[in-house]
Amino acid sequence: MVKFIESELVQLKKEVDEMWTLVYNQLDRASEAVLTLNKEMAQQVIVREKRVNAFELKIDSDVEDIIALYNPVAVDLRFVLAMLKINTDLERLGDFAEGLARFVVKCEEPALDPDLLKNIRLEEMFTQVLSMLETAKQALNEESLEIATSVFAKDNLIDEINGDVTKKLVDYIGKNPESLSLCLNLISVFRKLERSGDHINNLAEEIVFYIDAKVLKHQGKTDENYPQNNNK
Amino acid sequence: MNKIDVKDVNFYYGNFQALKGINMQIQEKSVVAFIGPSGCGKSTFLRLFNRMNDLIPDTRMEGQILIDNEDIYAKGVPVDELRKRVGMVFQRPNPFPKSIFENVAYGLRVNGIKDNEFIRHRVEETLKGAALWDEVKDKLKESAFALSGGQQQRLCIARAMAVSPSVLLMDEPASALDPISTAKVEELIHELKKDYTIVIVTHNMQQAARVSDKTAYFYLGEMIEFDNTKKIFTNPSQISTQNYITGRFG
Repeated sequence: MVKFIESELVQLKKEVDEMWTLVYNQLDRASEAVLTLNKEMAQQVIVREKRVNAFELKIDSDVEDIIALYNPVAVDLRFVLAMLKINTDLERLGDFAEGLARFVVKCEEPALDPDLLKNIRLEEMFTQVLSMLETAKQALNEESLEIATSVFAKDNLIDEINGDVTKKLVDYIGKNPESLSLCLNLISVFRKLERSGDHINNLAEEIVFYIDAKVLKHQGKTDENYPQNNNK
Repeated sequence: MNKIDVKDVNFYYGNFQALKGINMQIQEKSVVAFIGPSGCGKSTFLRLFNRMNDLIPDTRMEGQILIDNEDIYAKGVPVDELRKRVGMVFQRPNPFPKSIFENVAYGLRVNGIKDNEFIRHRVEETLKGAALWDEVKDKLKESAFALSGGQQQRLCIARAMAVSPSVLLMDEPASALDPISTAKVEELIHELKKDYTIVIVTHNMQQAARVSDKTAYFYLGEMIEFDNTKKIFTNPSQISTQNYITGRFG
């Protein structure tokens, strides 16, 4: 028998899925815009940010309706709460994409030094963030704890790249003093990507909460071996 | 401390087994809710606690039910005394065709109490306990039928409380009430658990979630799951429980 709430939850998942795709595309375009300093593409990202915000409001409103009208419990409640928090995290990721695009728009350089880019591993950082976001989405679609927890391990690489970048940029500024302003902005770019990794970690934690009713947040570094360690 | 201890209870209507191997401990001064689809045995189980099923012909119980460590189905247990200790409130308010005062005083008088001052004091105390006193104190001699449905139900709760039971059984006590009256009955249950052990059967899942400390889910005469209410409504252990409370049952 088809229940009212069932169709509402299916619809909510569909909307979150669309929002997820939109935010992924925003970060993907922002990545390309940053790496190539493509101002036109950056402008597209900035314009599309309004769609992300509109989506967030729509999902918030739908979650409010479901809670008010259908009183979800147990797995349904966990799903709705997870979608609400995932919605917030996705919106923040959208903000970061916009912030990256604004870096490109303001950047006065014609292109980034390829040797610098290689040294600071910026492309690798972008690739990793996008990979995490895709993996988390796959975890939700397949309702897989295993895939969700694989996201946590990916965040380690992001932290590692981010941890090295300040020193590398300081060294670069020492040799190229005219690049001071650019390098400071690049630190901000890395900061946004590192924070993106944290938000994608949050997405994975919410998926674990939905599937397994386990709260992983605020436990220090998220246990990438969950749930195996949890069962010991 | 356990108030009620149920051990391996089976119950039969003729050849039909309505309850299968139920074990349960109910703590003193707690609220336990029984949920489950119609015909699952929850009301049958509730009625075992004050031997109401004794009144139904061709029924049979196996196992033990202990209240205050005393087997209530042991030979020689006076059922009238048991029902003084274990009061019951039914689905529909069923006040007697008497005044408000006499409805509450009835149980006391039946039990041979003749001290009018004591009765007056006890009626007032009980009506206050049932959160009804302020609404009826100026019309105690009026017919109980003049009260609203919600007031009548709280009067019935007061009537059950008047003889100082320690356990209150409630069989869907708010199912015939409007939301405001329901809220009052639920608030009352919350207050009463300071002094009473309460077992409530309800079809209203949100009500079970709101008022009870523990919830038992029954299906086809079996107790599928019995756990803290918070656990049942956030992360039940059994898929069958989850399907029922999320409305996916059947």
